[in-house]
Formats: sequence, C-alpha cells, structure tokens
Amino acid sequence: MSTAVSQIDEVKTTPWSGGRSPFNVEYGKIMMWFFLLSDAFTFSSLLISYGSLRFSASVWPAADKVFQSVPGLFESGKPLVFVGIMTFILILSSVTMVLAVEAGHRNAKKEVFWWMIGTIVGGFMFLGCQALEWNHLYHEGFWWGSTPGHEELKHLFNSGTEAAQHLTAQEFANLFFTITGFHGFHVFTGVIINIIITVNVLRGTYEKRGTYLMVEKVGLYWHFVDLVWVFVFTFFYLV
Amino acid sequence: MSTESHEVHHDGGEHEGMTKKKIWQIALVLSIITGIEFIIALVIVPGHPDYLRFANPAYIFLTLLKAFFIVAYFMHLKFEKIGLALSIIVPILFIIGLILVLTNESHHWIDLRR
Repeated sequence: MSTAVSQIDEVKTTPWSGGRSPFNVEYGKIMMWFFLLSDAFTFSSLLISYGSLRFSASVWPAADKVFQSVPGLFESGKPLVFVGIMTFILILSSVTMVLAVEAGHRNAKKEVFWWMIGTIVGGFMFLGCQALEWNHLYHEGFWWGSTPGHEELKHLFNSGTEAAQHLTAQEFANLFFTITGFHGFHVFTGVIINIIITVNVLRGTYEKRGTYLMVEKVGLYWHFVDLVWVFVFTFFYLV
Repeated sequence: MSTESHEVHHDGGEHEGMTKKKIWQIALVLSIITGIEFIIALVIVPGHPDYLRFANPAYIFLTLLKAFFIVAYFMHLKFEKIGLALSIIVPILFIIGLILVLTNESHHWIDLRR
C-alpha cells in the first residue's frame, strides 16, 4: 500500500474549505455584527428620510437657534454646548467599554467590572441629558404633531413665510423626536444589557467560562449606539 | 468537534491590535475631530456666512472619519478577517444607493411644491 496521497485527496486547510469558521469569529459575535448591519439599515432609512424632507424644504429651523439652552444653567445663548456635553459623555462611555473588553482579554475580572460600571454610568448620564433636552423642547411647544405658536417659531428661523415655517417646524419636530427617541431606546436597552453582563461578571459566569467574549459582544452593540449618535449629532445639530 | 470550537474560541479573541495606550490615542483622535466640528460651527461659520457651503461637506467628512475610527478600532473590525470586514462593509453600498435615490427624489419634490 502506498502512503502517497494524490493531490486531489489532500485535506485542504484554507479558510473556506470547511470544518471551521472562515471568519475566525465566534458564532454569537458574527450574529451581533449582522444584527448591527440590519440596525444600521433601519437608522439609515430614518436619517435619509430626514435628509430628503429637509432637502425638499424651502426653510428649516436653524439648529443654533433651536438648541441653545443648557438645562439648569442657561436658558439661551449657548448653542451646541449641551449637545457637546452629551457627545463627549457617549464617546467616553465607549472608551470605558473598549477598556472593559481589553481587561477581559487579560481575564482581569475586577477591571472588567469597574470599566463596565463606568460604561453604565455614562449611559445613564446620556439618557438623563436626553430627557432634559426632550423636556426643554416639549415645554417650548415641540412634540409629535405640535409646534410652538407663530411668535415663538419666528425666532427659530433665519427666513421663510409663516406657512412654510409652520410646515417644516412640524416636520422637524416629528423627525427629531422619532430619530433621537429611537436612538435613546437603543441607549436604554444597551444600558440594561450592560447591567445584566456586569452582574454576570460579578457572579463569575465568564471567569468560569474562561472567556469574556460576552463583554465583547455587548461592546459591539454599545459602540454601534455611539456610532449612530455621531451621525444624529452631525445631521440634527451641525448641518 | 470540541477541539475545533476551542480553536475558534481561542483565535476569535484576536489579542493583537488594541492596547490601553492605543485605546486612549483613538479616544483623543475622536475628541479632537469633535472639537474641530465645534470650532467650525461656533467660530468659523458665524464670522463668515459664505463659508457655510464648505462647512456641511466638512461636517460629513469628519463624521465619516469618526465612524471609521469607531468601527475599525473600537469595534475591532480592522483586525478581523477580511471576509468578515467585507461582509459588513459591502452591504453599506445599499445605503449609499438609497441616499442617491432619495436626494434625487427630494429635488423633484421641490419642483412639485412650486
């Protein structure tokens, strides 16, 4: 019997020849990536609808006039300051999340726990700011299906007729509350998931499992929430 | 079977790539980009209204730059297998398609409203 194997019978070991994941990533993490891709489509649809409505409008509320209060400190005259604080909170909570993932690679349970706590605190701070922002706009008269009266509305625009201002202010209000609300809902679920994972870290679930891969998976979700905010921030507050 | 799943587990972590120092560097980059956006919005544009048409493309470019840093480094996609990276990035082309279609459509809506 010859032990020589013909070329066609050789066991191939290339990534796509089967027997192992070609992506070299654990199943749950791939699924998280594809969930995030589908979520990216949802957010894109919302933001692109916003964009097309805004492009087709003759006037639009000026961002630096609508968003110029810092709740509890300044009633007006501070454009973008409050949303700047919110953006930095979310970026920082993203940083603490990567640091938790990095600590997880070293199986450092205590470090993972404290960085996760930091991430959760950041998430709650962001949600609190969001609630203040909504509260402020609500008391100005903005809500789904309602806008401030003409007198107040006049000060939020750079130009335009009364009818046009009323129409686009309503479009703005509906889109703003829908999109930031959907994002806020993601932040909220993210915080809940982070809390569950942190409890598991504390109970030693992942220590027993020998890998902190779950922290990486919720980390992906959390970074995605930050990523969406980067776009919401640009298209609602800057452009 | 068990050895295979172990192998995937072990390599899936991808330990190379993100050190503590690197994480803080990326955080600094993201903060600086956000800072530049604020400087454009609060200092440059109010003084020179003509610059507004340059400001919007600048915001979008800086936003995409931030998105790249978050996805590549924080979400670790830069260090994953190229197949995974492509299967996430290529479908984004559909989003670009929708942007093109709807911006085109919105120009038509302007004509309808006239």
